[in-house]
Amino acid sequence: MTATVGATGQGARARAETPMARFAAEFARSRTAMLGLLLMVLVVGSALLAPLIAPQDPYDLAQLDILDGMLAPLAEGGSGATHWLGTDDQGRDMLSGILYGLRTSLLVGVSSTVFGLALGLLVGLSAAYFGGWVDTVIMRIVDIQLSFPAILVALILLALLGKGIDKVIIALTTVQWAYYARTVRGTALVERRKEYIEAATCLALSHGRIVRRHLLPNCLPPLIVVATVQVAHAIALEATLSFLGVGVPVTQPSLGMLIASGYQYMLSGEYWISVFPGIALLVTIVAINLVGDRMRDVLNPRLSR
Amino acid sequence: MNQDQPMKGQQIEAGAPLLRVEGLRTEFETRAGAVRAVDGVDLEIRRGEILGLVGESGSGKSVTGLSLLGLVDPPGRVGGRILFEGEDLARAGERRLRHIRGARIAMIFQDPMMTLNPVLSVETQMVEAVLAHARVTREEARRRSRDALARVGIPSPEERLRAYPHQFSGGMRQRVAIAIALLHAPALIIADEPTTALDVTIQAQILFEVQKLCRETGTALLWITHDLAVVSTLADRIAVMYAGRIVETGSVAEVIDTPRHPYTRGLINSVPSRNRRGQPLAQIPGMTPSLLDLPRGCAFRPRCPRAQEDCQEEPGLFGAGHRWRCFHPEPVPAMGPATEVRA
Amino acid sequence: MSAPILELQGLSKRFASRLDLAERIAKALGARVEEYDVQAVSDVSLAVAEGEVVGLVGESGCGKSTLARMVAGILPPSAGTLRWRGRALAELPAEERRRANLAVQMVFQDPMASLNPRLRIGEIIGEAPRFHGIVGAGEAEDYVAGIMRLVGLDPAYSRRYPHQFSGGQRQRVGIARALAVKPDFLVCDESVAALDVSIQAQIINLFMRLREELRLTYLFISHDLGVVEHISDRTVIMYLGRVVEAAPTPELFAAPNHPYARALLAESPRIDTRKRAFAPIKGEIPSPLAPPPGCTFHPRCPHAMERCRREAPALREIAPGRLSACHLNDVT
Ligand SMILES: Nc1ncnc2c1ncn2[C@@H]1O[C@H](COP(=O)(O)OP(=O)(O)OP(=O)(O)O)[C@@H](O)[C@H]1O
Ligand SMILES: Nc1ncnc2c1ncn2[C@@H]1O[C@H](COP(=O)(O)OP(=O)(O)OP(=O)(O)O)[C@@H](O)[C@H]1O
Ligand code: SF4
Ligand code: SF4
Ligand SMILES: [Mg+2]
Ligand SMILES: [Mg+2]
Repeated sequence: MTATVGATGQGARARAETPMARFAAEFARSRTAMLGLLLMVLVVGSALLAPLIAPQDPYDLAQLDILDGMLAPLAEGGSGATHWLGTDDQGRDMLSGILYGLRTSLLVGVSSTVFGLALGLLVGLSAAYFGGWVDTVIMRIVDIQLSFPAILVALILLALLGKGIDKVIIALTTVQWAYYARTVRGTALVERRKEYIEAATCLALSHGRIVRRHLLPNCLPPLIVVATVQVAHAIALEATLSFLGVGVPVTQPSLGMLIASGYQYMLSGEYWISVFPGIALLVTIVAINLVGDRMRDVLNPRLSR
Repeated sequence: MNQDQPMKGQQIEAGAPLLRVEGLRTEFETRAGAVRAVDGVDLEIRRGEILGLVGESGSGKSVTGLSLLGLVDPPGRVGGRILFEGEDLARAGERRLRHIRGARIAMIFQDPMMTLNPVLSVETQMVEAVLAHARVTREEARRRSRDALARVGIPSPEERLRAYPHQFSGGMRQRVAIAIALLHAPALIIADEPTTALDVTIQAQILFEVQKLCRETGTALLWITHDLAVVSTLADRIAVMYAGRIVETGSVAEVIDTPRHPYTRGLINSVPSRNRRGQPLAQIPGMTPSLLDLPRGCAFRPRCPRAQEDCQEEPGLFGAGHRWRCFHPEPVPAMGPATEVRA
Repeated sequence: MSAPILELQGLSKRFASRLDLAERIAKALGARVEEYDVQAVSDVSLAVAEGEVVGLVGESGCGKSTLARMVAGILPPSAGTLRWRGRALAELPAEERRRANLAVQMVFQDPMASLNPRLRIGEIIGEAPRFHGIVGAGEAEDYVAGIMRLVGLDPAYSRRYPHQFSGGQRQRVGIARALAVKPDFLVCDESVAALDVSIQAQIINLFMRLREELRLTYLFISHDLGVVEHISDRTVIMYLGRVVEAAPTPELFAAPNHPYARALLAESPRIDTRKRAFAPIKGEIPSPLAPPPGCTFHPRCPHAMERCRREAPALREIAPGRLSACHLNDVT
C-alpha cells in the first residue's frame, strides 16, 4: 500500500502505463528470468523451425542409412555430412531427432495444458460463482482426482486408450484439469469478495458481464503462472510415459522416447543417444520454470517490493 | 468515564534521553531512482514520555519506525545515529539488534497478525517470546504470559491463553499483540497506527493500558499515526513529518494550539471541529509530492500559502523547544488557542 | 418533512454456516467445529427523507456494513422490507426494481480494492451508463469527462489505470463511478476512513457539494464521530446489530440518551482534549455469535438493572424525532 505512494507522483508519468507494460518491465529486472526466456525462445523456435534447420528428416526412412548407425558425436557419415551429436542405432542423426522430438514434446505439453486450463477454468469458475452444492460436488471430484498420483492415472488411461499423440494429450488433460479447477476456484473466491465485484453488482451489471469482464481477468494471472510451470510438468510426464513405453508412437518419437531408446546403450559407452535428448529435456524444463517463477514473483503483490 | 484532568507522570524523567536519533536517513533504490523516504530526522524521547509522530501517508513515518529497529528490508539503506541507552543501534550487529528488539524495544503494528502466528496458540507464542529473552522455567513463563493478558484487559486469561488468534475479535487480537510487546517490560515501544482499525471504545481501552504502562514502568512510547485527535489526547510531545523530514516539533499544547509550520496549520484546520459543523472544511491545496521529484528548497513550497522567494532555499530549524522548519512561520495569535480563531 | 425516499422495515440479516461433509465427519471424530449463526443485523427500521444525510455509527462488527450492503442491493435481507419511494422493492416489476437499484449507489472504504485494476478509469466510470443505455456509445466519452470534472478529476486521466492515482483521486473515481448512473441516494461505507486528514477534508467537501448540486440523499457510515457530526443531519447508533439510538445530530451529540451512545461520545478523542486519562471498559465485549439475553448492552452498561438481563428494550420515541432503546427511559 505504501509502496504506491511514490509512484503516483503527478506529472512524473504522463504516459498511460498499461498493466502489461508494467509487468514486462518488472519481469525484465531479473537476469536469470531473462536467460530463461531466451532459452525458452530458443527451444520453441528450434522446435517450430525443425523442418527447416534439421540436417535430415528423422521420420523419413529413406534418408536413414543403417551403416551410419551408432556414430559418435562430430563423426562424419557416409553421405559426408557431420553428425554433430552422433547417430542412433538406426543411423538417425541425433540433432535432427532432438529437434523433431522437441516438437512432439512441446505439442503434447502445450496442448494438454491449454485443454486442461480451459476445462479447469470452466469448472473452477462455476464452483466459485454458484457455490453451494455445485461447489461441494465439484470440489469433491477434484479432491479425489488429486489424491491419485498423476502418473498412475495417466498409465491407466493410456492402457485403456492405446497409443497415439492424441491419446497422450487426452490422458495429460485428464490429470491436469483438477489443478486448474482448484487454483481458479481459490482465486475466484478471493476476488469475488473484493469491493469492485460488489460495485459491479451494485451497478446492476449482468452476471455474465461481471464474470467475463471483472472476475475472469483478475483470476487469470496466478493461473497463467501455474499453467507455465505445468507445461514443464506435462512435458516431463509425457517423457516418463514414453520412457515406460505407453506414450507416443515409435514413428513420432518425443524426447522421452529418444531417451528410452538410447537407454540400453548407456552401459556400452554410446552415451550420446540418451544424454543429448536428456539435456534438451532438462534445458526446456528449466527454462520454463525460470520464466514461470519470475512471473509468479512479479504477479504476487505480497512479494513485490 | 470522561476525565479531562491533566495527569502527572513525567516525574520519572531524568538526565539523558532514552533514545536520541541524529540525522536518520533511509534510502530505497528503485527502478525510477533512489527514494529518500527519511531524510535527516532528529528525534529525542525521554523515559516515560509519549511522542506522537504524525504526517500524511507516505511521509515516512513507518519507515522511520522500522529504521530505528533495523527492520528495513535489504534494498533500503539506513544512515545516521540511533543512540538508545547510550548504544548506537545504527552500528549494532544483527544478533545484538535481535536481542534489543525482543527485550528492550518492542514494536506494535497496525495489523496484529504481523505479530501473531495464526496456526499457533496464544500460549505457545507468548511462552516462546518469554523464553527467548529470559532464563525462566516454562511454568514461570506461562504465569508471566497470563499476567500480561490480564494486564491488557483480556477477561479469563487462563482460558484465553489456550485459544488461537482467529478466535479473538480484531480488538482483542490487537490487545494480545500489545500484551506480547509488554512481556519484557521494554524501555521503548514503537507503535505504528495500532488503533486505526479499531472503534473508539476499544481504542480507548488500549490507550488506557498504554498510558498506565508508561506511567507505572517508565516505558517510553513512539506513537505513529495520522490521527491528530488521538495524538493530542495521548501524547506529551508531537513531531510532524512531511516528505521525510520533521517539519515541526514541540509539546502537544505548543504544536496543536499555536502551530508555526503552515503544513501543521493545514492539517489541524482540516480536522472537522465542533464549531464549524456543516461548513466546508479547510483543505491543503495540491498533492503530496513524489519523493523522486521533490521541489527545490522547502518541500512544502508548492502547496504553501505563505511561500515567498526565499523558500527556494532549504529552511533550517527555528525556535527552541518548540521548533519549526520554516522561514515564514504562522504568527502566534495574541490570545487564546489557535483552534478557536476560526469559530 | 417529505415522504421518505427510503424506508427500512424490520430489516434483518443472518449469516449461517453449515458444516460440509468433511467437517461433519471431523466433528463426529471429536474435532471442535460448530455450525454457527451470526445475527449481523436484527430488526432495523429506519426512514430516510429525501435530501437528508443520515450518519450511522457503532462498534466494529455491529452490522453497519451489512446494513449498507442490504440497502445498496448487494446482499439480500433475510427478513424485512425495503421500500423505495413508498413501494416495497421486492414487489416491484423487474424493470422498475432495476431502476430503483441503480438509484441507490455505494461508495466503498478501500479506494484500491473497489476499482478493477485491469480497467482504465474511463471504462470503470463509463461501463454501467453504457450498459444501461443511459448514454449512447457516441456520447459516452463526453459524458465520462463531464462526470470526472464534477468530482474534480482531470478528464485527461481517463486512459490511466487505478494504480496510477493517489488514494484521494481513487476515491474520486469510485464516487464518479457511482454518480455515472444518476443515483438519488449514496451509501458511503467508511468512504473516508482510508484517507489522510487533508485528503479526507477534500472528499468530505466533495460529498457536501454534490449534495447541493445533485440533491443527493446519503447514508454515511463512519467510525469517526467528528466526521459524522460534521456531515450528517441525523445520527443513528447501532450496537450488536440493533439500532439503539437515533436523533438529530446536534441534539444527539449535545445530550446522548442511550448509555452506549454516551460511552461512545465520551471515548471519542478530539483535537481539543489534552492528556486525557483513559478509563478501561468494564465487562466483556460480547460476540455476535452469542449475544447476551435481554438488553445486549447490559454486560457493559453502568446502569444495568435486573430487568435489563431478562427483557430487551424496545426502540421508542423519547422526544419528538428522538428514538432510544433503553429501560431507563421507562423509569422516570
Ligand atoms: N521498500 C521500499 N522501497 C521503496 N520505497 C519505499 C519502501 N518502503 C517505503 N517506501 C517509500 O517511502 C515513503 C515513506 O513510506 P512510509 O511507509 O514510511 O509512509 P507512512 O508515513 O508510514 O505512510 P502511511 O500513513 O501510509 O503508513 C513512501 O513514499 C514509500 O513509497
Ligand atoms: N459473509 C459473512 N459471513 C459470516 N459472517 C459475516 C459475514 N459478513 C459479516 N459477518 C458478520 O456479521 C457481523 C457484522 O459485520 P459488519 O461487516 O456488518 O460489521 P461492521 O459494523 O461493518 O464492522 P466494521 O466497523 O468492522 O466494518 C460481524 O460479526 C461479522 O463477523
Ligand atoms: S519555508 Fe516557505 S514554503 Fe516552506 S513552509 Fe515555510 S513559508 Fe511555506
Ligand atoms: S436497557 Fe438496561 S442495560 Fe440496556 S442500556 Fe438501558 S440501562 Fe443499560
Ligand atoms: Mg505507515
Ligand atoms: Mg464495515
